[in-house]
Amino acid sequence: MTSEGVPGSTQSAHATAGADGAPAVSLAGLTRHFGERTVLRDLSLELGRGQTLAVLGRNGAGKSTLLRILATLLRPHAGTITLLGEQLPRRAWAVRGRIGLLGHEPLLYRDLTGRENLTYHARLHRVAPRRIEKLLSAVGMEARADDPVRCLSRGMVQRLAVARAVLHRPSLLLLDEPRSSLDPGAGELVEPLIGRISSATRVLTSHDPRAALAEADLVLALSGGRTAYLGPPSGVDETMIRKLYA
Amino acid sequence: MTTHVRHLRSLSIATVVLLTASLILVFFYAPLDAEQGFVQKIFYIHVPLAIVSLGGFILGGLFGVGYLRTGKRIWDMRSYCAIHMALIFSIGGLLAGSIWAKASWGHWWVWSEPTLVSYLIVILLFCTYQPLRFSIEDPERQARYAAVFSVVCGAFVPINFIVVRLSAEYLHPRVLNLEGGNMPGPMKLTFYTSLVAIALLFATLMRYEMAAKETRIQTRRLRRALMGDDAIRPLGRSAAPQ
Amino acid sequence: MRTALAILRKDLLLELRTLETIPSMAMLAVITCVIFHFGLNRNALSGQLAAGVLTVTLLFASMLGINRLFVAEREQGGFDAFLLAPVDRTAMLTAKATALFVYLLVLELIAVPAFALFLAPPHLGSSLPGVILILVLSDIAFAVIGTFVSAIAVQTRARDLIGPMIGLPLLLPALIATARGLGPLLTVQASGSPPAKWLAVLGLYDLVNALLAYAVFDFLLED
Repeated sequence: MTSEGVPGSTQSAHATAGADGAPAVSLAGLTRHFGERTVLRDLSLELGRGQTLAVLGRNGAGKSTLLRILATLLRPHAGTITLLGEQLPRRAWAVRGRIGLLGHEPLLYRDLTGRENLTYHARLHRVAPRRIEKLLSAVGMEARADDPVRCLSRGMVQRLAVARAVLHRPSLLLLDEPRSSLDPGAGELVEPLIGRISSATRVLTSHDPRAALAEADLVLALSGGRTAYLGPPSGVDETMIRKLYA
Repeated sequence: MTTHVRHLRSLSIATVVLLTASLILVFFYAPLDAEQGFVQKIFYIHVPLAIVSLGGFILGGLFGVGYLRTGKRIWDMRSYCAIHMALIFSIGGLLAGSIWAKASWGHWWVWSEPTLVSYLIVILLFCTYQPLRFSIEDPERQARYAAVFSVVCGAFVPINFIVVRLSAEYLHPRVLNLEGGNMPGPMKLTFYTSLVAIALLFATLMRYEMAAKETRIQTRRLRRALMGDDAIRPLGRSAAPQ
Repeated sequence: MRTALAILRKDLLLELRTLETIPSMAMLAVITCVIFHFGLNRNALSGQLAAGVLTVTLLFASMLGINRLFVAEREQGGFDAFLLAPVDRTAMLTAKATALFVYLLVLELIAVPAFALFLAPPHLGSSLPGVILILVLSDIAFAVIGTFVSAIAVQTRARDLIGPMIGLPLLLPALIATARGLGPLLTVQASGSPPAKWLAVLGLYDLVNALLAYAVFDFLLED
């Protein structure tokens, strides 16, 4: 099964800048508070186009907050963000249509069918209806597309969520534990859509740090909102992982 | 950030002086009302309280606009303090109004007085301000929603007065007389002194509250910086901005 | 505009599918008529009393609809889905207010005949155009203020309480105008045309609130 539109390209294993040189994601001094607590403190990094950033850290370290900021759902309190050439938050509206978020919530209405949900999102993103059918078969959900989402198993809902996230062909994918509810078979199905071969720039978090390291070009480890490590995956060893997740 | 402590002393002194002056005027200088007698003097408390509190609500709305435009917490604090203080003053104004109603028309509450009725509606509305803040946990969202509330409800104050006035079957002549500014000299002086005194009281108390809150925020910030994030016990659920 | 339409279609589809809001609103309105019969111990109402009872009945029923308006968005991630899309954010206000307006119209299709049946106000039939005009204007006020209040309430902990608490005082001018406007229409000597003063008040109140809501709604959606 080839990925949508791109004939089986492969990524180089090294963390080099993207083809045109400009980074896809550029953070400088990013800070975010929640009341009196500081959730993210002084984050800086650069991620080239087509590369994958793995964000490691315990629950509460700030991973989900970082993803939500990159999705333009939250504003930074200090620092600058440049996504796909546009500066946030001023130009957030310009870049929104090119970001796909797959979070903990599937963002699907439980009383609507899979097809109706995707139709709604397609209308919001001005995507042609044909693409809905393509994606439904790509995630293996054509048979159950007309069942209300509340009747579907968690794995099926996650597959629909993947379809929703890539519906508008985003260049930047933000994946918060994308394989959490998927069985291995489904995991293979969605790989061309959200995996390395999708050729999108990706930022992902995972409960399984070793799996995340395997597909990363760049690794950011967060501890209490601060950068504990930023560099290639080869620099991360077992002791660091244990300390992070202790 | 100790901006609010400046001038606090001179403001307090001015307030005390004017309050004393207005009380003296009310009790010894203002003429005794022929019909209602001594109780009518509550008017000099009720109307200024009402005017200042309504002004406070609208001020809260203006500060809310400031917060929405700049995102700076100081505006949210100003908005909160203004509305908080205005609510306290307005309840006082409502009680005074009730006493005045009893003196004027023999009942503790009258529907024929449109200003009193719209005053009640505004108070009921702003009573929901603190429950609203109290029930939003995310501090930034709390500040933002409170600001939106203050803007919309601040705009509501004048609109409400107009509509209720339209709905009143008849206007009591006494109120028109007094509000139209057709007051004889001594009454005028007493009234305006009282008004200025209560406005100053509002401003002073508001500053006290803001200074107190600022100090608390700074202390907590220092303790955080010195002893680390976890050393501070989180503030209990609070309606006040942090 | 297209965005607002997409949201509206989704909402109406959801309502048709789940039938959560409209039947309970209608049920409450009908029961309220019965309650008023017993509470006032009257078989028929006329004039200002009839107008007041009808207005209050519709108000209580609307509160149900207002409380439910954004719940699906909040609980099933609809806000995030919308905020991620490259669309104008006030489309949500337009869509939701229109949806609420539609629910209120359907409510009135059931509640007004029920009111006519149980509490027999005179001349309802001949004053019907005037009544409809006033109710439509009143529905616009309910829809705009209801959407505004609901958007605030859905993000709070005390969801079902905060909505009515804030909404009822804000709705009072509209209620006054509706009740006063309907009063002369439901009397025995009804002329059939509603008093212009109250139509003007309702219209202006609708306009002012629509503008205010439009100005502040964005701030309620962002994070």
